[in-house]
Amino acid sequence: MNAAAAPLRLALIGNPNSGKTALFNLLTGSRQKVANYAGVTVERKEGRLVAPSGRQYAVLDLPGAYSLHPASLDEAIARDVCRGFYPGEPAPDALVCVVDATNLRLHLRFVLELREIGKPMIVALNMADAARRRGIAIDVDALQRELGVPVVETVAVRSGGAKALVEALDRMDLAAAPTKPLSEHHGAGAEAASAQDLHAETRRLLALAVTMPRRTARIDDALDRWLLHPVFGLFALAAVMFLIFQAVYAWATPVMDGIDAGTAALGEWIGATLPEGPLNSLLVDGIIAGVGGVIVFLPQILILFAFILALEESGYLPRAAFLLDRMMAAAGLSGRSFIPLLSSFACAIPGIMATRSIQDPRDRLATIMVAPLMTCSARLPVYALLIGAFIPQQKVGLLGINVFNLQGLVLFALYAAGILSALAVSWVMKKWRRDKSEHALLLELPSYRLPHPRDLLIGLYERAMIFLKRVGGIILALTILLWFLLSFPAAPPDAVGPAIDYSFAGRIGHAMTAVFAPVGFNWQICIALIPGMAAREVAVSSLATVYALSAADDDAAAQALSPLIADGWSLATALSLLVWFIYAPQCISTLATIRRETNSWKQVAISAGYLFALAYLASFVTYQVAVALGAG
Amino acid sequence: MTLTDLPMRTSATVEAVEDRVPNDAISRRLRELGFVDGEQVQVMAAGPLGAEPLLVQIGYTRFALRREEAARVRVRSNGASPA
Repeated sequence: MNAAAAPLRLALIGNPNSGKTALFNLLTGSRQKVANYAGVTVERKEGRLVAPSGRQYAVLDLPGAYSLHPASLDEAIARDVCRGFYPGEPAPDALVCVVDATNLRLHLRFVLELREIGKPMIVALNMADAARRRGIAIDVDALQRELGVPVVETVAVRSGGAKALVEALDRMDLAAAPTKPLSEHHGAGAEAASAQDLHAETRRLLALAVTMPRRTARIDDALDRWLLHPVFGLFALAAVMFLIFQAVYAWATPVMDGIDAGTAALGEWIGATLPEGPLNSLLVDGIIAGVGGVIVFLPQILILFAFILALEESGYLPRAAFLLDRMMAAAGLSGRSFIPLLSSFACAIPGIMATRSIQDPRDRLATIMVAPLMTCSARLPVYALLIGAFIPQQKVGLLGINVFNLQGLVLFALYAAGILSALAVSWVMKKWRRDKSEHALLLELPSYRLPHPRDLLIGLYERAMIFLKRVGGIILALTILLWFLLSFPAAPPDAVGPAIDYSFAGRIGHAMTAVFAPVGFNWQICIALIPGMAAREVAVSSLATVYALSAADDDAAAQALSPLIADGWSLATALSLLVWFIYAPQCISTLATIRRETNSWKQVAISAGYLFALAYLASFVTYQVAVALGAG
Repeated sequence: MTLTDLPMRTSATVEAVEDRVPNDAISRRLRELGFVDGEQVQVMAAGPLGAEPLLVQIGYTRFALRREEAARVRVRSNGASPA
């Protein structure tokens, strides 16, 4: 085999929590390509490795698997790719089986199972440093002899920690397959026996080559005693959640404001520099506003994922799922749905992207479907405008003590309505599902670990790229389409009303009135709903435009609008619009993210459809009841 | 008895994982994860609501199992002394 030949195809395979991806990051550094396996949303990561010998490797990081009998799509892909059966994936030339040196009882069994595939294989005894710290002694030579494949120690979180692995790869003779077939059992009925054989062989290897002072790490026992405690554990979880929520909500705001101001300034500069005309408008209101509308989400996405990656790597995320599983399961979700739903209060886009940490596809889809019901920060300006204009600022009391502000209570009710709707929707989805099979939790709670900065940075970079490339494209295209609808045809020179009134969007808005009259929306609201599709808070400035107000910014717009709508709209209309925004299906960025994360337009249609139906129904009931009570 | 009957932090030995349905995929996965005859097992903690799920130590690993899953694992207690 010479260095100029095609790169050797290596597949990294191992149990979840074996440190496989950290090892992959160490081997390939930033030379990674992240995509999906053909036809599914399971992530495919490939990277390049050039050994000091000059030999080149194409390294594939397979999804984590416990066994070659798949229990999930991830595991089925891992099995098919390493056997060379996956359509469109060339068979790997060799397998690198990554095992956690502190968890050999579980991981060695998988090594034995993989050995039977008969491909050239190296076992990477990962986290060798952690094993030594815990006083675990592993006789590598004995293990190597008994397994019949090379075994090397690796430390994925230390630079140079994969040196022995790379050397062993260079020495590897690819013609030689493992020579010690273990099981003679084949065919039906052999499965249980063969499972017992694998366990018996694992026990024999452990007795022969491993001495372990304790079955678990002392630190894990101590931390779990507190962090999984029914009272203290929930308290700690609430503190972590509060910190994440604060960070996503508050820390991102200055950066997002900065991006908004930057794009606005750039738009103004270009608008002033270029001659007036459609090109100017396309650049400023279409492209720059569109690109700005994409990157404005980045701060929230990066902050949220920094937390999620750190929690995942440290081993806390599965513990949070453990604490919350019972509650979430009652609503047809899983414990892992919690963090994505929490982050959806800031914005549904990072929230939906965060559902990738939910392994079960059914739970993941249910979480994606209800995430838009969490009241995102973009709805706040709309709520603030309407509450300020229509809800009197009075104290209401309980037991004679006037402590609650009515405006605050209404805002709270809107948030609560979103959460209750989400629980109801996921519960109904659970009842309606044809697939009634039991879904196991079977969640491993790995050892606590300190996350490595390199793995966090690579993970963050990947999330940012996925968002910018795949979601950003759709958002940009739709923003430009929206710009077209809002700008053409132009208003005639002798126009009296606002220009938007003459555009396609204006005409659509007028036509929509027929549909929206029963929920109490006038034509001004209908028109404002269209640009509100780009981002919900835009509805406020659009209303200002429709009412022909010239306002410098959103705050000024809301201030000028407030008395106008307080006079012009009935309370019933205002309440109906407030309720509409609890569901607010019209956010193209969210729909674009759902498209990306589910890889299916059908799911986009289902989620937009049900949100629209709920919004319409709830607004209809609100409006009609309010009118009947005399608020019309 | 099964894992759900086992008192907290009491060492026991796995006897078998029973199938609820023919070719029970959950039972097979439990066996693959190490719930096989002779393995030492302990329930370490339980979730805050309805003592669900259970945190189970098997081999060197900890798994969260819902009670429905844990009820498939038949165990015998290692005597009265807690580990």
